[in-house]
Amino acid sequence: MATEVEVPQHITQEIPAAESDYLNSEYGIKSWLLSTDHKRIALLYLFSITVMFFVGGLFALIIRLELLTPKGDLVQADTYNKMFTMHGLVMIFFFLIPSIPNVLGNFLIPLMIGAKDVAFPKLNLMSWYVYNLGALMFVYTICTGGLDTGWTFYTPLSTGFASSNVVVGALSIFVVGFSSILTSINFIVTVHKLRAPGMTWGRLPLFVWASYATAVIIVLGTPLVAISMALVALERFFGIGFFDPLLGGDPLLFQHLFWFYSHPAVYVMILPGMGVISELVTCFSRKKVFGYSSMALAILGIAVFGFLVWAHHMFVAGISVYSAMVFSFLSYFVAVPSAIKVFNWTATMYRGSIYLLTPMLYALGFIGLFTIGGMTGLFLASLGIDVHVTDSYFVIAHFHYIMVGGMVTAFLGGIHFWWPKISGRMYPEMWGRIAAGTIFIGFNLTFFPQFVLGYLGMNRRYWEYAPQFQVLNVLSTAGASILGIGYLLPLAYFAWSLKYGPRASANPWNAAGLEWTVPSPPPTHNFKESPIVTTEAYNYEDLPRDIEIPREATVVGH
Amino acid sequence: MSAISHVHDLVRRRTVDVHSLHGQFAELDQQREAASLGMWVFLVTEVMFFGGMITGYVAYRSAYPEAFRLGSIHMLFMAGTLNTAILITASLFMVLALHAAKLDNRKVLVWCLIAAMFLGICFLSIKGYEYWDHWVEHKVPGASFQWDGPDPRHAELFFVLYFFLTGFHALHMIIGVTAVGIIAYFANKGRYTPEYHNPVENVALYWHFVDIVWIFLYPMLYLIGHRHL
Amino acid sequence: MFPLWPTAASTTADNVDALYLFLISVTGAVTLMVIVIVVVFLFKYRHSKHPVADQVSGSIPLELTWSLVPLGIFMIFYAWGASIYMAEATPPRDSLQIYVIAKQWMWKLQHENGVREINTLHVPLDRDVRLTMISQDVIHSFWIPEFRVKADILPGRYTTLWFRANKTGTFMLNCAEFCGTLHSNMVGKVIVMDPAKYEAWLTGGGAMGSFAGTGQKLFQELGCATCHRFDTQGRGPNLVGVYNKPVLLSDGSTVTADDAYVRESILNPGAKVVAGFQPIMPSFQGIVTEDQLLSLVAYLKSISTPEQSEPVSNRPPVPKSGAPEVQ
Repeated sequence: MATEVEVPQHITQEIPAAESDYLNSEYGIKSWLLSTDHKRIALLYLFSITVMFFVGGLFALIIRLELLTPKGDLVQADTYNKMFTMHGLVMIFFFLIPSIPNVLGNFLIPLMIGAKDVAFPKLNLMSWYVYNLGALMFVYTICTGGLDTGWTFYTPLSTGFASSNVVVGALSIFVVGFSSILTSINFIVTVHKLRAPGMTWGRLPLFVWASYATAVIIVLGTPLVAISMALVALERFFGIGFFDPLLGGDPLLFQHLFWFYSHPAVYVMILPGMGVISELVTCFSRKKVFGYSSMALAILGIAVFGFLVWAHHMFVAGISVYSAMVFSFLSYFVAVPSAIKVFNWTATMYRGSIYLLTPMLYALGFIGLFTIGGMTGLFLASLGIDVHVTDSYFVIAHFHYIMVGGMVTAFLGGIHFWWPKISGRMYPEMWGRIAAGTIFIGFNLTFFPQFVLGYLGMNRRYWEYAPQFQVLNVLSTAGASILGIGYLLPLAYFAWSLKYGPRASANPWNAAGLEWTVPSPPPTHNFKESPIVTTEAYNYEDLPRDIEIPREATVVGH
Repeated sequence: MSAISHVHDLVRRRTVDVHSLHGQFAELDQQREAASLGMWVFLVTEVMFFGGMITGYVAYRSAYPEAFRLGSIHMLFMAGTLNTAILITASLFMVLALHAAKLDNRKVLVWCLIAAMFLGICFLSIKGYEYWDHWVEHKVPGASFQWDGPDPRHAELFFVLYFFLTGFHALHMIIGVTAVGIIAYFANKGRYTPEYHNPVENVALYWHFVDIVWIFLYPMLYLIGHRHL
Repeated sequence: MFPLWPTAASTTADNVDALYLFLISVTGAVTLMVIVIVVVFLFKYRHSKHPVADQVSGSIPLELTWSLVPLGIFMIFYAWGASIYMAEATPPRDSLQIYVIAKQWMWKLQHENGVREINTLHVPLDRDVRLTMISQDVIHSFWIPEFRVKADILPGRYTTLWFRANKTGTFMLNCAEFCGTLHSNMVGKVIVMDPAKYEAWLTGGGAMGSFAGTGQKLFQELGCATCHRFDTQGRGPNLVGVYNKPVLLSDGSTVTADDAYVRESILNPGAKVVAGFQPIMPSFQGIVTEDQLLSLVAYLKSISTPEQSEPVSNRPPVPKSGAPEVQ
């Protein structure tokens, strides 16, 4: 068709800012640092985790640079060991676990359920300060000798042999875990008690279901990592034995306590992402989700089964054959709900009306990369194969496909999708697509070769490696550089959009969900009156058919 | 009382209530339920925390039952039993305090809270005495540990568990005693009414939990080595 | 060219590779199918071509299918993998026994005839080899990628691993559990030789006495023989024929006198006392090294092979008149 596309008003015309929104209701640093508004706290968290993401990324950069050559010629062995230890700890505890829940969850959950705030706003602010305390303790650890035990802190290496700052490091994890627990308590009570009239459990957006299940996992699991860290710190500080074989202690007890948390933790690091993807795929297919009940049940199924499989990290650790067989069997069960979700997202697209806008590109990336990551999980659950590939680069590739290809992708997709709501501005679509593509290409180039390397026999946590592995390592590092650029782009254009991006209307995507019924950005108390909900979630049949595709941002003024 | 003073009373309460209701809630009842649910969820995390250590105890005790039995014989049985009675009585006072709050009986509320606090401090003092005794008897794990029975390594493990379990418990007791003290202070100032006394209820819940942990620890540590009376 | 697939040099490797290829085929096919379907949808249902979405929202039969069919396939993955694992966990009888002691950051490998190697392991072709392993410090892990076998090596407890090499050559040995500074340098070689060459290599090491012989000497030197006499008169049980047999303990339970039991009895004798004996054995914790402990294990094994022992009982000695002597 040759006719001009009519450019909708909300893009080119300057929209006067709302009378008062949560961003401009109060000014000054104190109003931010002492805010109990869940939306401001979400942005405080966004700031903290972005800083920590680049700290963790810096460690990754050093790892990949060292691995360009088989010999250890960039840094010393001890330094390298600190790099991978701290990369893991920062990325897991200070970036991934808080990312979607504390940024998007904090911002969106009250809005999505029709509430004015979370159940305990002051506790919410305290969570952020506890996070910062943990982060500060960790930065202190980095600056005073670092940590070189591996993120898994296995005993007796961590308790009796490591010469790095184990006690403070372990305690920093204890503290940041506490921050997660406080947020999760808040979310659980919020979802139970503050839903607007008519917002039944069966009408909740799947993002809320996912956030709720994640919070339950955190509440049940995190205390175990807390006790693991506390016992390691105590054993090391007082020189007494709990995991010390010389005292009759059992190093495997540490592994059981540690993995009892750390396995469910990986579901903490994917379920919120799955919640985001459900929101994106439905909006950009203009359709309700396929199999809402199954999707909600699958979320709960992942949470429950996630607690039953921890010893699949210990198949070669010295557990009994029968124990290993039980854990392998159960590990296959946790794969089924994940598969259901992938199939249901695909079926949601069936006979939809699909827009390939940036958030949807991220969602599609998630589906592909999470599928690959999940499939390789099936390899690891198979005892015969796991014996060979555990502790190799195969495992590293597997979990990066899920955590980076899955969770980080979903996080970025969510940030793009809800950016207009959060900031009141549109990001530039062309740059969004460029960044999404760059990240996808960079990611695959970085991590796919690592599957091959693992099966070939390249160990994880190796500073030097056998020369025949070099070519694949160089490919991997090349990919990492591309990936790094891909991550810097959104930082740049989101910042740009704050001043120059076109102002967004309340619902630029014509999306379903209560958060889109309030102005962009929302007022401090979200809703003037409590909304009354009468429809199911994803009621796209009631909403405008089309999304008006955002044009390139012109300098509209501010 | 007269109709006017009755109305006056209701107005006073309504004013107090309005101040107590936070913006995100529609009603006081909703707020109370939310606060209570929040405390229960928090207590679940505490169950998991102690559960981890208790798992360690179970693992080691089933592996080395004799060493643990012998270790338990070195516990100060009277001190532990007295402490159990003290803690249960303190919990009783917390129940009475909550009851008084519901019935708007400020004096009883404050005195029951103070009694619970006092008993908590007694508990901690007796615990402190026990720790000192263990130190003097060279039963503190580490360089100074001495054991002249069989299986010294696993006996030391018993003591490691003893100190970790009772140590974390004592830490929670200190937090509990402090919390009760703060509640007592505000109760004395008239902050709590029959319509709004969430903090009393939730601190009582926390206190009961810490009590229940002790009720697990006492037999695990003190009773496995002693003959039943 | 750089390798994309590791050599398969053991019977286990062949089994693992078969399962791996099966998994790649099945998961690859499914992944490809999902990707193709998604791409087709993206084209067929793009908004410019398909402006109105049809609110198809569920289909129980379809969902059941794509839940149960994958579960069925997963059970195949499970069963096949588990069978390989179970076989790996059961070393065949008559395996060649080799002892491994791992420490930061090197491997000590001890052959039964007394030959000791550092960081290199010579084994014969087509022979089952069983490794009994322990660490002197932190957790290590013994991985021979080209054999596809791996097992962690723990301090305080023996672990085992077995394989049967079916190709000659030199293969990688890597430590696969992070163990500190030079973890990545804790690498070695496994050299598989034709049986004849292996025998030559084994006996060419010079007469140094068998490993069990080392243990026997130690048994005398440390005074074990004083109480553990080879008759029923000792203060300690007669150890001839005891290895891997059931033992009745003083608390009424029964244990098998395996490697772990032997080691524990030397380091912590009070933990499991044999029925009818007093708990008077002193601990040798700090007095014997892991190497020495393994040599004592080897010695006890050697006096329990069918040819060497007479029928012995573990019944307690008849108490002498009067109370038993207590040291």
